[in-house]
Amino acid sequence: MIAYLLSRLLTFLPTFFGVTLISFSFIRVLPGDPIIVMGGERGVSPERYAELAAQLGYDRPLITQYGEYLWGVMQGDLGSSFVTKRPVWDEFFALFPATLELSVCAMIFAVALALPAGVIAAVNRGKFFDRALMSTALIGYSMPIFWWALLLIIVVSGWLGWTPVSGRISLLYYFPDATGFMLWDAAMSGQKGAFGSAVQHLILPTIVLGTIPLAVIARQTRSAMLEVLSEDYIRTAKAKGLSPTRVNGVHALRNALIPVITVIGLSVGTLLAGAILTETIFSWPGIGKWMVDSIFRRDYPVVQGGLLLIAVMVMVVNLAVDVAYGFINPRIRKR
Amino acid sequence: MTAAAQDIRPGRLAEFWHYFSENRGAVFGMWVFAVFVAVAILADLIAPYDPTAQFRDHLLQPPFWQAGGSFAFPLGTDAVGRDMLSRLLHGARYSFYVGIVVVAVAATGGIVIGLLAGFAPRWVDTIIMRVMDIILAFPSLLLALVLVAILGPSLTNAMIAIAIVLQPHYVRLTRASVLAERSKDYVIAAKVIGAGLPRLMFITVLPNCLSPIIVQGALSFSTAILDAAALGFLGMGAQPPTPEWGTMLAESREFILRAWWVVTLPGLAILMTVLAINLMGDGLRDALDPKLKRS
Repeated sequence: MIAYLLSRLLTFLPTFFGVTLISFSFIRVLPGDPIIVMGGERGVSPERYAELAAQLGYDRPLITQYGEYLWGVMQGDLGSSFVTKRPVWDEFFALFPATLELSVCAMIFAVALALPAGVIAAVNRGKFFDRALMSTALIGYSMPIFWWALLLIIVVSGWLGWTPVSGRISLLYYFPDATGFMLWDAAMSGQKGAFGSAVQHLILPTIVLGTIPLAVIARQTRSAMLEVLSEDYIRTAKAKGLSPTRVNGVHALRNALIPVITVIGLSVGTLLAGAILTETIFSWPGIGKWMVDSIFRRDYPVVQGGLLLIAVMVMVVNLAVDVAYGFINPRIRKR
Repeated sequence: MTAAAQDIRPGRLAEFWHYFSENRGAVFGMWVFAVFVAVAILADLIAPYDPTAQFRDHLLQPPFWQAGGSFAFPLGTDAVGRDMLSRLLHGARYSFYVGIVVVAVAATGGIVIGLLAGFAPRWVDTIIMRVMDIILAFPSLLLALVLVAILGPSLTNAMIAIAIVLQPHYVRLTRASVLAERSKDYVIAAKVIGAGLPRLMFITVLPNCLSPIIVQGALSFSTAILDAAALGFLGMGAQPPTPEWGTMLAESREFILRAWWVVTLPGLAILMTVLAINLMGDGLRDALDPKLKRS
């Protein structure tokens, strides 16, 4: 197991350096001079330009700049935003709870619906229920989620008036964000109706962000269940006279879960990509919207730092899934 | 072998069609896709108006079945009086173009790199696969977004970015198939006869690796359309007044609660196209991959 862990870590490190190299070089080739961007509309005098270039280290050779960048990254220094002047690290972790809260809710929504749907479809294979569920899953999988978000806004917010259109909580409530997790902070604030307002604001973004993972997990659960259901031990369990619920829900599902958990782990990247669109549409103050805004503002240190942090996060989760998988299934370790 | 005996064994195409047509969804998807392709090719001929022509007396006119609508503009008009139907028909052309170009670029690059990785010495293989891992570490839409920001927002740059992001999937698939095929008898036989490396790669091994790549091609065709529309929606893809479906959605966002048709129709077009391609992709997988045929 330790050898397996080490081998996984060994492949992690070069990828990590590659990711830093990419996020570094991307910004150095972006059009538009960062220093002129900082100068804004007033422009920068040639003397001030030289001064800023020296201060930011842009006058040194690229390899030195990369070395310094990497050294900074190792110490958690990702530079400061051109716009807010705050460190990128601080900005990222101030906004991260919003994205995490939304992603966790979306994942809970997806898994809670997808597991039963996949199991029911597999057990009723080929029947009407199976076909209806899997057609719906395929529609969800093909959904342009930015359009899905607009449709939900038209129907649920516009016509029915059930949910607000954007933001995380109604302007009527104010309390300091202790943790950044709005549901928790609202519940703890003691203000009447604050928690309800936070929940209302979460509903549509959760559905939108959870739609594609829901479809993917439902399809994966169904095919994993189908494979397991034809195994001998399922026949044995049936022969022993166990109830269908017990056979399907316990014996089969437990074994079908391994590939499903992998899919869940691997959809972190999908969630973060989806968060870019979802947060932009619902004005959700998280990482996705922050990245899009920074790209439009040409706020290079933020784009660079955000890109790196998001990639590292995806890599760490994938590594964790890999290791967990090796832990559950010893056969994987031997490869 | 007699002529009669030859007839008994169906051709590869007939066999493929036999399995493909078992999946009714796939056949339906294929028909929808055929209509989509026809519309893309004939857009100029069947669209009633020029997609950028503005009819200033008909701003935000609803579709014909609603009060205020007329058959002159069957699906209504947008905020500057452009005919929705003409714009949607022309939009098919852009989506089709994106799909074809992205898949062609990503697949060609991915197959060549994958073949190299599969045949090259171990250390070259390791380097190639690490580079692919690095690209895959970034969420695809985010990477495409930053790439387009670097290259400048346009449909061409969006296509380049999406092709780069999709390429690693082809590399991995090709390499995995090559590694599985390389030690088989027919490859060793070809090597013994004296086939050179290029011949081994492209003529001996590649045709036997194509099934998963074709399936991946169908799937990434739909991913390309979705991602290009998403980039257009974020203002980083095709630029107005191009009638690209994602860009049309972005332009119409402010009318979302006033004129449902300008928001609903372009998205519906994206969904139908992507759904048709995915249905077809499922059918292709069933027909081409014997291992999955029974599931």
